[in-house]
Amino acid sequence: MIDLAVVNASRLQFALTALYHFLFVPLTLGLSMILVIMEAVYVMTGREIWKRMTRFWGLLFGINFAMGVATGITMEFQFGTNWAYYSHYVGDILGAPLALEGLVAFFLEATFVGLFFFGWERLSRVGHLVVTALVALGSSLSALWVLIANAWMQHPVGAQFNPRTMRMELLSFSEVLLNPVAQAKFVHTAAAGYVVGSVFVLAVSAWYLLRGRNVDIARRSMAVAASFGLACALSVVVLGDESGYLASDNQKMKVAAIEAEWRTEEPPASFTVFGFPDVQARTTHAALRVPWLLGLIATRSIDTPVSGIVDLVARARVRIESGIEAHAALRALRANPADAAAQARFAAHQADLGYGLLLLRYVNDPSAATSRQIDEAAWSTVPNVPVLFWSFRVMVGLGLFFILLFATAFYLSARHRFEQNRWFLRIAFFSLPLPWIAAELGWIVAEYGRQPWSIDGVLPTFLGVSVTPVTNVWLSLAGFVLFYSALAVVDVYLLVRMIRRGPDGLGYWPPERAASGVP
Amino acid sequence: MPDYATLRLIWWLILGALLIGFAIMDGFDLGIGATFRFVGRTDEERRALLESIEPVWDGNQVWFIFAGGAVFAAWPLLYAASLSGLYLVTFALLFALILRPVGFMFRNKIAAARWRDAWDWALLIGGAVPALLFGVAFGNLFLGLPFHFDELQRPVFTGGFFGLLRPFALLAGVVSLSMLIMHGSVYAALKVGEPMSVRAAAVGRVAALVYAICFIAAGIWVASVLAGHQIASQANMFGPSNPTAKDVAVYQGAWLVNYRVHRILWLVPASALLAAVVTWSLLGARRPGVAFLSSSVTLAGTILTAGIALFPFLMPSSTQPDQGLTVWDASSSARTLFLMLVAVGVFLPVVLAYTAWVFRVLRGRITLEEIRRHAGRY
Repeated sequence: MIDLAVVNASRLQFALTALYHFLFVPLTLGLSMILVIMEAVYVMTGREIWKRMTRFWGLLFGINFAMGVATGITMEFQFGTNWAYYSHYVGDILGAPLALEGLVAFFLEATFVGLFFFGWERLSRVGHLVVTALVALGSSLSALWVLIANAWMQHPVGAQFNPRTMRMELLSFSEVLLNPVAQAKFVHTAAAGYVVGSVFVLAVSAWYLLRGRNVDIARRSMAVAASFGLACALSVVVLGDESGYLASDNQKMKVAAIEAEWRTEEPPASFTVFGFPDVQARTTHAALRVPWLLGLIATRSIDTPVSGIVDLVARARVRIESGIEAHAALRALRANPADAAAQARFAAHQADLGYGLLLLRYVNDPSAATSRQIDEAAWSTVPNVPVLFWSFRVMVGLGLFFILLFATAFYLSARHRFEQNRWFLRIAFFSLPLPWIAAELGWIVAEYGRQPWSIDGVLPTFLGVSVTPVTNVWLSLAGFVLFYSALAVVDVYLLVRMIRRGPDGLGYWPPERAASGVP
Repeated sequence: MPDYATLRLIWWLILGALLIGFAIMDGFDLGIGATFRFVGRTDEERRALLESIEPVWDGNQVWFIFAGGAVFAAWPLLYAASLSGLYLVTFALLFALILRPVGFMFRNKIAAARWRDAWDWALLIGGAVPALLFGVAFGNLFLGLPFHFDELQRPVFTGGFFGLLRPFALLAGVVSLSMLIMHGSVYAALKVGEPMSVRAAAVGRVAALVYAICFIAAGIWVASVLAGHQIASQANMFGPSNPTAKDVAVYQGAWLVNYRVHRILWLVPASALLAAVVTWSLLGARRPGVAFLSSSVTLAGTILTAGIALFPFLMPSSTQPDQGLTVWDASSSARTLFLMLVAVGVFLPVVLAYTAWVFRVLRGRITLEEIRRHAGRY
């Protein structure tokens, strides 16, 4: 009944296109903010060099922005092409934040981004700064809306299943809007984007300083990146979105998988810094543990237990059995909507309907599932522990490294000591790819860790796919791989070319030394 | 809160308004994209044509993105069934659209002729292919698409890619392409200096004629050949969105029932056609400013003509007509419709206001002298 080949190809395509899109999004978020800071300094001090900085980084921003727009168009429509049942099942709720993203954020960002490039001679200084700020606001707002949608997938609140339409329907938009997971996710993701932008500016500026080129611009850019980056890197780590993870059973499962916490410990639980999670044996080998730390991080208390995987699976099994009841009652209701006994039975078990749907992977009629199939379904609620365990640790390690990097940059910048410390410039330059690795791993932790659900506890991922021939999906996937690879080559080529040419090679302004007003 | 049927009707109107907004705004840059390589003969001429749309195409395209999001929010069944059913068409459209942002941004960054040529072709595909495919998709709605729902209410599509390229659908594609080329040419005649504006006006006149002929041909085809759909059972306009609970009659001429019942509606296709003729003559008289208005009327009239013919159908099914999607059984819940109505009521006027301001800031013609003064701002 479920074509797993379509499921796997569709998942692969979504993951690839989302990860690829997310190479450009955080840089857009971060660079747009940095452009606002630089242009604000220009407007306040009137010094031309800050305008040149804004235009130079704006040029690189533009190349990246185009890639973000190009790869973003497909994201919106993929829900419909590849995840048709998902779109029908939750469109009543998820459509709203995605539409609002277009209406409130994309219009703003996209309408004003043209004026950023074409408005320098047509607008007053303050007018242009406002335009830049609106672009930055638009890009951050789009992150807000998309994360409200994403948070609902992680923690679906304010909605209920309607047997007459066979889908989830909205009960309270304010609950969807004020979802605690959304708030945690937005702050974390936006700050991560700002870190990506700051590391980008820091690394490119370090390269100029190492070469002794564009020194005035590079020094000032480093100062901006160092201070903005330090604040954001601190926010990313302190406001990590793990705080939202205790809202539901499935989120608890994600935390347990990240920590390879197989069994519930006496609170406060210890934190496994390092180890080798063994899925078969359900244990972690060579574990290096810090007492109390996990309990403190995950629950912000010393007496709340952090549930272990084995216990959560046992709980999932109970919910699957209840979900079988819900599914049977739903069938009865489809045949006869007025059946009072079925209505009562559905009302009692509807919260677990999604767990019943997990069985559709193994059997057409959940009521006919064997005890072994139920066990299998219960264990399918555990995401890939080693992948989550390691992704999370590398991400956090990088986060801590960025704090150190920006703190050092900040210190050196305050003391005007960049050129004397070439070792630091080299480190800063070679740090260039790291924030992207951290951001992509963050996506993997959040979304791969959500498996097997597309909507936690409501709709299993495998059930959400479109009924379409697998050849179609392979065709579109092949198209993406070819097309996106070619675009990546062109994008990197252009960025490198523009960076090598540098601010003084762009033809917008006279060479640096000849320019007046440069201190 | 208005009742459910009213909300559904309002959302059908909003969907129409968004498509019209998209056609008027993004339509001109798609049209210029499809023709600038021929209207502009040298690199400078092409740059001038591109610069007329570079600052605004991205905001224009959000009409398309937002219309997509609005369909997801207001008509989730339509969103699910149409995009998965038109799988390869959608991806052809998306790949073409992907070429635009990078094409605009990358083209002028390097002066080599081969580089610019390659991006010019990419931009041409990115303009012409979507303009054609939007029409093909609309044409397929008139023909009905081969889909039904299974017991879980999953949309199941039983057709293939080439089944969508039927003659009537291709004719509708030509209607859409010629209409947007006309619109883009009008905008180019308005925004760009000579000699490009003169050539654009000539292209626009040809396009207006092609449009008029194809529009009439499509109308005759719909009236005399095509089998239309009508709801045969009592339509429950207030009921839950379940597209499998009605009976549909299929017979030739059914797409004209709305026009027969409300004769005043004939004014809509008539004004679309008339406005195209007016555009043709205004372009000849070198009045591109007014021509932009008349060409916009053609766009709006064409979309409304199709919408009225299909109403209340959103996406008829050719294989299981009873399960075709209509305004009354494919919407989201009343709560979501109302919420989104409020959001559109509050935010769309703001969007229109700042969009108007941006166009005002960018007013004026782009001449070759101006293009020669700078290497490219984008």
